[in-house]
Amino acid sequence: MSDLTKMTLKGAVDGLKAKDFTSAEITQAFLTSIEASNPTLNAYVEVTADKAMDMARASDARIAAGQGGALEGAPLGIKDLFCTEGVQTTAGSNMLRGFVPPYESTVTANLWRDGAVMLGKLNMDEFAMGSSNETSAFGPVKNPWKSTGSNADLTPGGSSGGSASAVAADLCLAATASDTGGSIRQPAAFTGTVGIKPTYGRASRFGMVAFASSLDQAGPITKTVEDAALLLQSMCSFDAKDSTSLDIATPDWTQSVGKSVKGLRIGVPREYVVDGMPAEIQALWDQGVAWLKDAGCEIVEISLPHTKYALPTYYIVAPAEASSNLARYDGMRFGHRAEDFKSLDDLYATSRAEGFGKEVQRRLTIGAYVLSAGFYDAYYVKALKVRRRIAEDFDNVWGQVDAILTPSTPSAAFALGDKQIDPLTMYLNDVFTVTTNLAGLPGISVPAGVDAGGLPLGLQVIGKALDEATVFQVGAALERAAGFTAKPGKWW
Amino acid sequence: MAIDAATVRKVAHLARIKTPEDRLEPLAQELNGILAWIEQLDQVDVEGVEPMTSNVAQPLRLRDDVVTDGAKVDAVLSNAPKSADGFFVVPKVVE
Amino acid sequence: MSDNTKTIKGRTGDWEIVMGLEIHAQVASKAKLFSGAAVGFGAGPNEQVSLVDAGFPGMLPTLNKHCVEQAVKTGLGLRAQINRRSQFDRKNYFYPDLPTGYQISQLYYPIVGEGVVEVEAEDGSFFNVGIERLHLEQDAGKLIHDLSPTESYVDLNRAGTALMEIVSRPDLRTPDEAVAYVKKIRTILIYLGTCDGDMEKGNLRADVNVSVCRAGNYDKFKETGDFSYLGTRCEIKNVNSFRFISQAIQYEARRQIEILEDGGSITQETRLYDPTAGETRSMRSKEEAQDYRYFPDPDLLPLDLEEAWIAEIKASLPELPDDKRKRLMADYGLSQYDAIVLISEQAKADYFEAAAKGRDAKLVSNWVTNEVSARLAAEGKDFSENPLPAAHVAQLVELIETNVISSKIAKEVFDHVWNGEGSPAEVVEKHGLKQVTDTRAIEKAVDEIIAANPDKAAAVAEKPQAIGWFVGQVMKATGGKANPAAVNDILKAKLGL
Ligand SMILES: [Mg+2]
Ligand SMILES: [Zn+2]
Repeated sequence: MSDLTKMTLKGAVDGLKAKDFTSAEITQAFLTSIEASNPTLNAYVEVTADKAMDMARASDARIAAGQGGALEGAPLGIKDLFCTEGVQTTAGSNMLRGFVPPYESTVTANLWRDGAVMLGKLNMDEFAMGSSNETSAFGPVKNPWKSTGSNADLTPGGSSGGSASAVAADLCLAATASDTGGSIRQPAAFTGTVGIKPTYGRASRFGMVAFASSLDQAGPITKTVEDAALLLQSMCSFDAKDSTSLDIATPDWTQSVGKSVKGLRIGVPREYVVDGMPAEIQALWDQGVAWLKDAGCEIVEISLPHTKYALPTYYIVAPAEASSNLARYDGMRFGHRAEDFKSLDDLYATSRAEGFGKEVQRRLTIGAYVLSAGFYDAYYVKALKVRRRIAEDFDNVWGQVDAILTPSTPSAAFALGDKQIDPLTMYLNDVFTVTTNLAGLPGISVPAGVDAGGLPLGLQVIGKALDEATVFQVGAALERAAGFTAKPGKWW
Repeated sequence: MAIDAATVRKVAHLARIKTPEDRLEPLAQELNGILAWIEQLDQVDVEGVEPMTSNVAQPLRLRDDVVTDGAKVDAVLSNAPKSADGFFVVPKVVE
Repeated sequence: MSDNTKTIKGRTGDWEIVMGLEIHAQVASKAKLFSGAAVGFGAGPNEQVSLVDAGFPGMLPTLNKHCVEQAVKTGLGLRAQINRRSQFDRKNYFYPDLPTGYQISQLYYPIVGEGVVEVEAEDGSFFNVGIERLHLEQDAGKLIHDLSPTESYVDLNRAGTALMEIVSRPDLRTPDEAVAYVKKIRTILIYLGTCDGDMEKGNLRADVNVSVCRAGNYDKFKETGDFSYLGTRCEIKNVNSFRFISQAIQYEARRQIEILEDGGSITQETRLYDPTAGETRSMRSKEEAQDYRYFPDPDLLPLDLEEAWIAEIKASLPELPDDKRKRLMADYGLSQYDAIVLISEQAKADYFEAAAKGRDAKLVSNWVTNEVSARLAAEGKDFSENPLPAAHVAQLVELIETNVISSKIAKEVFDHVWNGEGSPAEVVEKHGLKQVTDTRAIEKAVDEIIAANPDKAAAVAEKPQAIGWFVGQVMKATGGKANPAAVNDILKAKLGL
């Protein structure tokens, strides 16, 4: 039975449909694993065991009746950023401890429509602000991977650290995640899993706790590229409740997986060679280029000249939007309200100081500052202009290339506590991923190799807007070439 | 544009985050570090560039003027720290 | 040119008031601006609230098409520029009536740009008020302070309701002008059907920006566009009646002049008018740290309007008050004064037109603006609730025109008609109020009165005005029903005048 947890999402869905096992069986298998592993890994902040079994039995009934959706009976983990009706949703924050939404996010509603089963809510950096899961009010998540010869606990990355860790440690078949500056792809790279952020507007943001509205996109973290295609196409939909949702059909992306990449032109941006990048990262990138060349791709050196400005741009735009998006957490209608206060203003300030962690407070402060009188033009408007330059960089190369290949992260997973001292060092984690958020493009991270310590490393494929198909096609080609099958040795 | 403790106090108030006096100076240092790094954007020539507020190139959708929501007081108040008689209850507001 | 009716005498010299108004008009719509919750008055607490209005995590705004259309319509009615592209911005501040911590408004690119409104002054003259902009925004919720001594209660029914904020140029100079301007805007909105103009319910309220400057400085400002000629302004928030607007301005101008004459300076601030105390006072709670950190709302996209849609809305506009006034004067030969009185209420003008077809328009206008208006006012109704068919007024005037009744009898007829006794013709018939035009009957009465008053008859020869006494006597004798012209002619003949 324990083998069930090691299945891919696709394998499990097929097995369920073929009645090789039941949803109740596989769901129970996961619940058992979670019970054993979660105290150590801390991937789940809440396990909805009863609900999971109810959903599993309902799925089994549908399967028995010859019905069922594309994900029928498949147990998934849900990042705690997605509002789930009747189930606590915290966004990793003390501010929302005990918050039970009376509504369901569109992304999760789509999953339940397709028959998926919810195992529980996954840990994350507070309000998705972080790259190591250390800002969570529920404590950091541990990466199931360890560096050879070291017992140090590593970060699974962030902010979707719970999602990545749970998938890597077989605590769910796959998980939902979200990506504002790299929060799907960096944790995927750190845990040997696959993560894709779709084109902005593909996945509805309705019911997803907002961090930075113009950048936030939901996506999956999975074990394979095919699983990512399968889960993403269920998550995405046009949603009239989200004004930024794109009114277009969601393709069947699983059809792109396995397609030959022969003749595709792959761009390699010279500006993604950053100072102090470990040789292993460069080597992996070179390897990726070689694999794609072998598979018949044409490799084109390209220039994305404004790349180095992407992170500073992001650290204006995202905190500015966040400072406004998080103003609703004021202790008046929901969320934490301070017990001791001297005045209304003091109640606001105290509730928010108690409810928000340090990194969130830091970003809300920066955000309020860059929007404040006298600085709006110098910081915020300037950043929006640079943002256009960054987007234009991509527009300028799509005539020459069909997709772009870069490393996913500038390093492998680091030890918990390592980068907490200096926020800037932490921010650099997103250097390769953040450009696609600013430009609204799809990007996938695929595990492609390991570093000297045996830790997974990822390669990123960036595509044109709405061209997830090519991203999956190239991602799957890398997956095949890399043949990445390593799993973390179980220590937890 | 260096930030001092007074600026941090002002901005923290704007953001309604209670910040102890002894945190103001360290926070100012921290924010200055981040802002100094951000200021590399000054190197970019953005002459004539239209600010990019969104990635979405479609026009804003408009909804029909029909009542489709509301009449859910229980849901609205379901997470309230304090409520009474259908109202949210907050400390006395002096206008 | 300095207009001395606009100056206020101070101890140290003459002052002038300068005002700009921000009118918040609730858009007439079924649902809210960004949510599907109902708009309305009188529902129980928080019953008209969606989770979007309450600012729950992950809730997103979607824009109500009808509200956009109403804003465009209003912009066209104000003869203002309609902006093909506008954008929604967030105005960030914390207050318990503002669930998201920001109000969605339009700062940088409003839906309507510059326009101009022609306003009728009390004396029948006209003045123009420049419109700077009109933008769409959300209303806030409501705080109730009297349910608990230590706590405030929050009702979000109003939160998210669509408002049009109409911002004027600083073109208003006296309290009367300010009131006349608000009345004119209200009339236009009601004509357009874009706001019901109900000030008691708070569906139309004004923020008045008041400043004072030395006499003559306003003209210098007008010449140069240099705002430094104007004084520091204070914004009086949410004044919701014409009377209070006038009172608040008068108080505030006086207050500012006194401070300045004492050598002080005005602090720019938001103030509240307290009608009971008859004074304005500082709203410190809203005052501190006014830094709204406006930025484009990333949950919404720019609002693009199709030219064809604007044209369609334009084609659907009703006749506007100014056009109606001009037409009533041209088509019915009415005086400007009468036309202004009639157009002040769309239903009143419609009523007039329905009654005036083929009749003496001036006479109809008098009946509509005097008797009918007075009766309605006495019953607290307006013309839209008028129980009297316009055909009755038309018939009444016809009866006067055809000498069936005199104007005097007509008042009596009107009383009966108003009381629901039927049409004027029926009332005349029923009460025997028909005018006596039979000259033999009048001659008989005249003969009798002359015979009974020989001295008076003799005196008339020297004092012809005294004929009026005889007219009165004849009318009395005929129960007021004698045709006055006939009475006059016969008297003149018999008295040898
Ligand atoms: Mg205003
Ligand atoms: Zn306003």
